[in-house]
Amino acid sequence: MSKKREVLQGNIIAAKAAVAAGCNFYAGYPITPSSEVAQYMSAELPKLGYDFIQMEDEIASLGACIGASLSGKKALTATSGPGFSLMQEHLGMAVIAEIPVVIINVMRGGPSTGLPTKPAQADMLQARWGTHGDHPIIALYPAFSDEIYSETIRAFNLSEKFWTPVILMMDEVIAKAHEDIEIPDQKEIAVFNGADHPLDEDLNIYDRQIGEIPPRVDFFKGYPIHIDSLEHDRHGWPTTDPALVDKMQTLRMQKIYSRLDEIIKFKEYRMEDAEIMIFSFGVSARAAIAAVDLARQQGIKAGLFQALTIWPFPERELKERFKRIKKVLTVEMNMGQMKLEVERVATDDVNTRALLRANGVPFTPAEVLQSLKEFVK
Amino acid sequence: MRDYERYIRYRTFPTPWCPGCGDGIVLKTIAMAFADLKLPPDDIIVVSGIGCSGRMPTFFNTNTLHVTHGRALTFATGIKLARPEKTVVVISGDGDATAIGGNHLIHAARRNIGIKMILINNGIYGMTGGQVSPLTPQKFITETTPYGNIEPKFMASELLIAAKASFVARETVLRMHPLRQVIKKSFEHKGFSVVEVISNCHINLGRRNKLKDPITMTKWIASRSVTQAEYDKLTSEEKAHKYPVGILMEDKERLEYSELYYKHIVPAAKEAAAKQSAEGK
Ligand SMILES: Cc1ncc(C[n+]2csc(CCOP(=O)(O)OP(=O)(O)O)c2C)c(N)n1
Repeated sequence: MSKKREVLQGNIIAAKAAVAAGCNFYAGYPITPSSEVAQYMSAELPKLGYDFIQMEDEIASLGACIGASLSGKKALTATSGPGFSLMQEHLGMAVIAEIPVVIINVMRGGPSTGLPTKPAQADMLQARWGTHGDHPIIALYPAFSDEIYSETIRAFNLSEKFWTPVILMMDEVIAKAHEDIEIPDQKEIAVFNGADHPLDEDLNIYDRQIGEIPPRVDFFKGYPIHIDSLEHDRHGWPTTDPALVDKMQTLRMQKIYSRLDEIIKFKEYRMEDAEIMIFSFGVSARAAIAAVDLARQQGIKAGLFQALTIWPFPERELKERFKRIKKVLTVEMNMGQMKLEVERVATDDVNTRALLRANGVPFTPAEVLQSLKEFVK
Repeated sequence: MRDYERYIRYRTFPTPWCPGCGDGIVLKTIAMAFADLKLPPDDIIVVSGIGCSGRMPTFFNTNTLHVTHGRALTFATGIKLARPEKTVVVISGDGDATAIGGNHLIHAARRNIGIKMILINNGIYGMTGGQVSPLTPQKFITETTPYGNIEPKFMASELLIAAKASFVARETVLRMHPLRQVIKKSFEHKGFSVVEVISNCHINLGRRNKLKDPITMTKWIASRSVTQAEYDKLTSEEKAHKYPVGILMEDKERLEYSELYYKHIVPAAKEAAAKQSAEGK
């Protein structure tokens, strides 16, 4: 069967992938450069009998998504910096109550209203630590059209599987650019649907062993359950008992950190014999790929580690590479965020350097090349 | 076991409320309204934000959801749209509903989404220990207005009527019988409904304002509530110290949001889809 190649905008690719992944609820508030996701969903979801609603703000949008998710829906919202900031309290709610939901954050220049129409990669640490309290988080970041599609599907699947919010990071460049893509057949897409919780009178909705992923719990399944933003016991009822709180904190952390193999994903480019490694993601990784080729032409053995999973950080994978590679250049459109992680993971014998910029202008391959050249000098 | 006790989750007792708090009356009255309507517990969801009143859903033996401060209506909106056939109830304190959640309140009213809201107005931030709320009367002493409150208060029900809520009623915790009737009526209403229940917080509001026990404070509440007909006859000066009780607005004609969505938007979209596929797009 001949497949059709299409030219589509990044936001639309993400929206299409969401529908393919089973998304049947969207609530959002318009914001550049993410609004096309909402616009697409407003036209397409009702065709399938699914729900779309434009809420009064981003706090409300994520609230509505969580409510819908608890009612058995697969929910999506999309936003950018200012809206992502507003969503932080509800992100924490989805973490503590263990509710699947996917949030697309298309990064633009900040802080505050900042540079609405210019790209940035400056919400990397906000995605990790924006909501208060200790918590695990999953954040993915595609760089190319086919990755936007596959990572969006993966975001929904991970969210369902791990009972957790998942953030799909994009930047203004990849979200707004129109690129060609071959949309896979629905049949080829593996969609994960959590099994229903075998509820009983005792309502042990959160009861499980450490490291175990529980089946999904929804409302209206025959047993009236309670879901709380307060710390809770195995029934979901509020508690401040230190032993129970310890247990719940550990359960939430370990469901993610004991299964990193199922979450961490990355791509490598010309890394086999690389002596200098670029660590990058999103639009910056695109410049980095071209820079690797340019560097090789000039005899610099460069390679690229492109993170697709940003959080949890691919710590083990980088450590493995640092056994052989002693130079790492982080390239990112911010004033130094993921570089801190790279430095944390790098052993003492590894030289670290970063190419950073937060003025709304993406790096060119020549700029990355220049930075590599200075680094090997 | 009495009828309404089916709807009470005794496993999670005791409640955190102070002796004499009106919240207990509201809890029981809502359970009675559920029983009056014979609603299956699993077809009900009760959602709340944060506050003393926000703790109430824990004690209903229905689906229950305790969310963030002021945002219960947003979660309830998602639930109602996802499951329009369910009875979605929101319990909210006056700070929760009209300060931090004020924006969601007027938009839920404007949309006429079929959520049944019980707004417990005790005129104070109870849970945090007695700071001023947008519904605290002027001149009252609170923990954050030690020299008296200079801000005028919202009239919550009237604000909701202006925001086009299709069912608005006001009652007090002293009038349990009429309260049960209006809550029941509000549950039967299809669109967005709000029952504002004037309640007593003698501990955090009363104590600092010469209303320090439940009897004195509920008498004060009673002295201020009048029927709509009585209220209409008052001078504007007299009105400042009174509020009408009973059903203040009931519009049965306006279509409920999720009904409109499924009856109008979904068919229109499906028609567009059919047209697009016929044109080979
Ligand atoms: C975002 C946020 N801000 C502030 C608080 C603290 N807080 C908890 S309850 C409350 C006020 C509760 O007052 P009200 O809504 O009137 O309910 P009551 O306790 O009187 O029933 C506040 C300010 C919070 N939990 N979350």
